[in-house]
Amino acid sequence: MGSEEKSRVGAQVITVSSGKGGVGKTTATANLGISLASLGKRVVVIDADIGLRNLDIIMGLENRIVYDLVDVVEGRSKLRQAMIKHKRFDDLFLIPAAQTRDKMSVSPEDMVQVTDDLRQECDYILIDSPAGIERGFRNALEPADEVLIVTNPEVSAVRDADRIIGLIEAAEKGPGKLIINRLKTDLVRKGEMLSSDDVYDILGLDIIGIIPEDELVLSASNSGVPVTLNMNSQAGLAFNNIARRIIGEDVPFMNLHGNPSLLRRFLRLFDGR
Amino acid sequence: MGIIKSLFGRRNRGSGATAKDRLRFVLQHDRIHLPPERMEAMKREILAVIARYLVVDQDRVEIDLEQRDRRQSKLIAEVPFTGQQPANNAADAQLPAMSADTADKA
Repeated sequence: MGSEEKSRVGAQVITVSSGKGGVGKTTATANLGISLASLGKRVVVIDADIGLRNLDIIMGLENRIVYDLVDVVEGRSKLRQAMIKHKRFDDLFLIPAAQTRDKMSVSPEDMVQVTDDLRQECDYILIDSPAGIERGFRNALEPADEVLIVTNPEVSAVRDADRIIGLIEAAEKGPGKLIINRLKTDLVRKGEMLSSDDVYDILGLDIIGIIPEDELVLSASNSGVPVTLNMNSQAGLAFNNIARRIIGEDVPFMNLHGNPSLLRRFLRLFDGR
Repeated sequence: MGIIKSLFGRRNRGSGATAKDRLRFVLQHDRIHLPPERMEAMKREILAVIARYLVVDQDRVEIDLEQRDRRQSKLIAEVPFTGQQPANNAADAQLPAMSADTADKA
């Protein structure tokens, strides 16, 4: 890993993966891209989910697509032409996935080539990985300097996360960091949901962020304006905190639990916590 | 401490705790690619060998996987026994692979 670090020039490539679908990879990628851009970084986000394009609609850029990743790989378009500039940030670009092709249209080597060509021009390259453990995931993993694994505090998502953590380690891209998405603090308090500590205990990976369940995320997707641009959103703030951790700031975790009850505080006296 | 905690804190063990237990169990087997059934078969074989030599207290046997992280797994066996089997029991043991091995080295 150390040698890779040294040989790397320019941007850091961060792949966002999960194993299971529907846990919030695309939402996380969009929000981290926006947050990093709002912190003054030059960012390119790449949708690696060939055939199931979605990052564009989450970011509100679906009407601006002319060329896509497969066009670049197959030489029909220059990289620059496929980079769609974000409406609000001049230094945030999206390279969309092809919608009418399949994952075999792109190889892991193609992804390395594309990211290498971009490294000089930006600070961060975020890759939104498709769900699953097949070619699309391999494509997204190959150029990664760092992998973020999104999971929900829920048995199937955690199990699938463990599976891809194993694959990430086998590919020597590990250890990776966890984003725990859609944590429902009221359920955790009642003991009816895995806590972030539970997920950490089970998966044994450092947590880079905990995103609380927040209805504003759906409104944000509906309108194509990622939630991190909404100052009233707890989830948006949590994504912004992850971005700040990515650029090396030491940001304490949000207090998601409110004030502990008297009984809880009493119990902590005995528990040493 | 434990008593106080169990009196107040863990009054109702929610489904979150069940989820954690179930995940721990299934991931142990996922990670080593050894399904629970095969694991049980292995335990039975190990115990059968030991039982040829020792009178095992079957009710108190504990054989479990322990994982420090995903790369390091340990099989921990606690096999209480009450005495040894009569010598001819052990002599009957049919362990061709082992005896061939030791014969070669001897």
